[in-house]
Amino acid sequence: MPEQIEKQTKQTEMERMLETWEPVIGLEVHVQLATRSKAFSPSACEFGAPANSLTDPVVLGMPGTLPVFNRAALELALKLGVATGSQIRARSRFARKHYFYPDQPKGYQISQYDEPLCEKGHVDLIVGGAIKRIKLERIHLEEDAGKNTHVGAVSHVDLNRAGVPLVEVVSAPEITSAEEAAEFMRALHRLVRWLEISEADMEKGQLRCDANVSIRLRGEDRLGTRTELKNINSFRFVQNAVENEILRQIRIVESGGRVTRETRLWDADLGQSAPMRSKEEANDYRYFPDPDLPPLVVDGALMGGILKKLPELPAARFERYQKQHGLAVDDARTLVSDRGLADYFDALVTAHPGDRSGRMLANWMLTELLGALNAEGKEITQSPVPAATLSALIVLVENGTISGKIGKEIFAETYQTGEAPLAIVDRRGVRQISDEAALWEVIDRVVAANPKQADGYLAGKDQLFGFFVGQVMKETQGRANPSMTSDLLRKRLGR
Amino acid sequence: MAELTRKEVEELALLARLHLEPDELDRIGSELGTILAYFGTIAAVDTTDVPPMTHAVPVDLALRADDPAPSLPVAEALRGAPKRDGDLIVVPAIIPGSES
Repeated sequence: MPEQIEKQTKQTEMERMLETWEPVIGLEVHVQLATRSKAFSPSACEFGAPANSLTDPVVLGMPGTLPVFNRAALELALKLGVATGSQIRARSRFARKHYFYPDQPKGYQISQYDEPLCEKGHVDLIVGGAIKRIKLERIHLEEDAGKNTHVGAVSHVDLNRAGVPLVEVVSAPEITSAEEAAEFMRALHRLVRWLEISEADMEKGQLRCDANVSIRLRGEDRLGTRTELKNINSFRFVQNAVENEILRQIRIVESGGRVTRETRLWDADLGQSAPMRSKEEANDYRYFPDPDLPPLVVDGALMGGILKKLPELPAARFERYQKQHGLAVDDARTLVSDRGLADYFDALVTAHPGDRSGRMLANWMLTELLGALNAEGKEITQSPVPAATLSALIVLVENGTISGKIGKEIFAETYQTGEAPLAIVDRRGVRQISDEAALWEVIDRVVAANPKQADGYLAGKDQLFGFFVGQVMKETQGRANPSMTSDLLRKRLGR
Repeated sequence: MAELTRKEVEELALLARLHLEPDELDRIGSELGTILAYFGTIAAVDTTDVPPMTHAVPVDLALRADDPAPSLPVAEALRGAPKRDGDLIVVPAIIPGSES
């Protein structure tokens, strides 16, 4: 079957099934915290360093070593806790999670179990034009494991990643579609980058996701048997893997079968998941409080510092941009997709006189500035045009000094040379002609030179109006005030 | 406190990655039973209204500043590795795609 038809068939099948069945999805997302050193020892955290070059006796689990927790990791986790509206435990606890795996030299991972740092928070998703709130069960601290690479009959182990601080963010099982699951990932990705908690580069494994998926009949309260999907480390994989799993489960149940509780690995190349061998998941982690680590205490002074540094969050700005600045949903969403963009827009608003120019400012920024930056592969933070300069240019357009069209040319020059917009306008002599007498003079000349067209227009050929506007613009090198030109031309031409 | 069943001993052995012969399973089972009995003695103490204690010393967690220090030289770090391929540790194959 051609791919397109197959896709459509699948889509229709899905729509029919979703009338009967409701998917229930919970996500567990691991986020590496952007500290300089590891969670419990001073080895550096760095992506791409030579294999096994970032270890120390604690990372290697040598006998007699003791973990000492990194204050920065705690502060970053607290920032996320506060930003998600979580309850922060004044005393939380580290626990040992036991399992044998070559990526974990100690034989256990330091994690948090029954007393996590944060509970009962939420993440705000932007779905369509609205905010949808997904509850979180918990956010806890733990250490990352090393990396295994499978090479034929053996596996290679690199322990550089072992001991890197992580938070695990666990959503409540209240995500109800594959799209929403992907949106949750995007929202969390946006939030941790916004708070500068993590680069969250998924290709570097700095943000990783597992999904718990089950289905139930619509209207049913009880949760169905769930499966856990692993290895879904991109927004697209999350959506594809979850959608695939929903379909798989519905087909099993509709054909009289039962879903088996199991862990499945997503294979992005094949576009399907397969169960992990059950022996590998036969784990009983035997959690217990880590005797090496006394209770983690969060006091008022620490919280005060965190609260003071917390920026306005993306969802709040998304709403403010629409309500206060009149932006369209799409523009507001684009601006809050990145902290740098939102901060630039805020700087632009602050620099700009008056408070009715939101849409215009967003237009210039998103079309002209981002267009130019994208063409060069640059980030907004590398913009050669400061917000105040862009505002100065927009002022020239707003007060009629130059036309919008000329404005774009001036922008291009400012972008290239850094020269102030007004200086370019004066040097190039492109000030808009808004002087009525001067415009009358040009219009008279143009109409006199084209009597046939003037008669034609009078006789009803509307399209000839554009011809005259074009002639006036040509005579004035595009400087004639467009709306005044239209008004005066109508008067001169007699209709 | 009840004796451990043979199945429980087998599960414990699996979790500890220990291979035990049938006679060892019997012996360990009974030895573990004795150890468990000691916990039975402790568990018999009335702890109503006593908060759980997980640390012997009443101190809060010490925190360190986020200052990186030099890591171990690779040769030193890998001195105990049973098998190497360049600077990577080589272990028997783990199931493909299960990296976490």
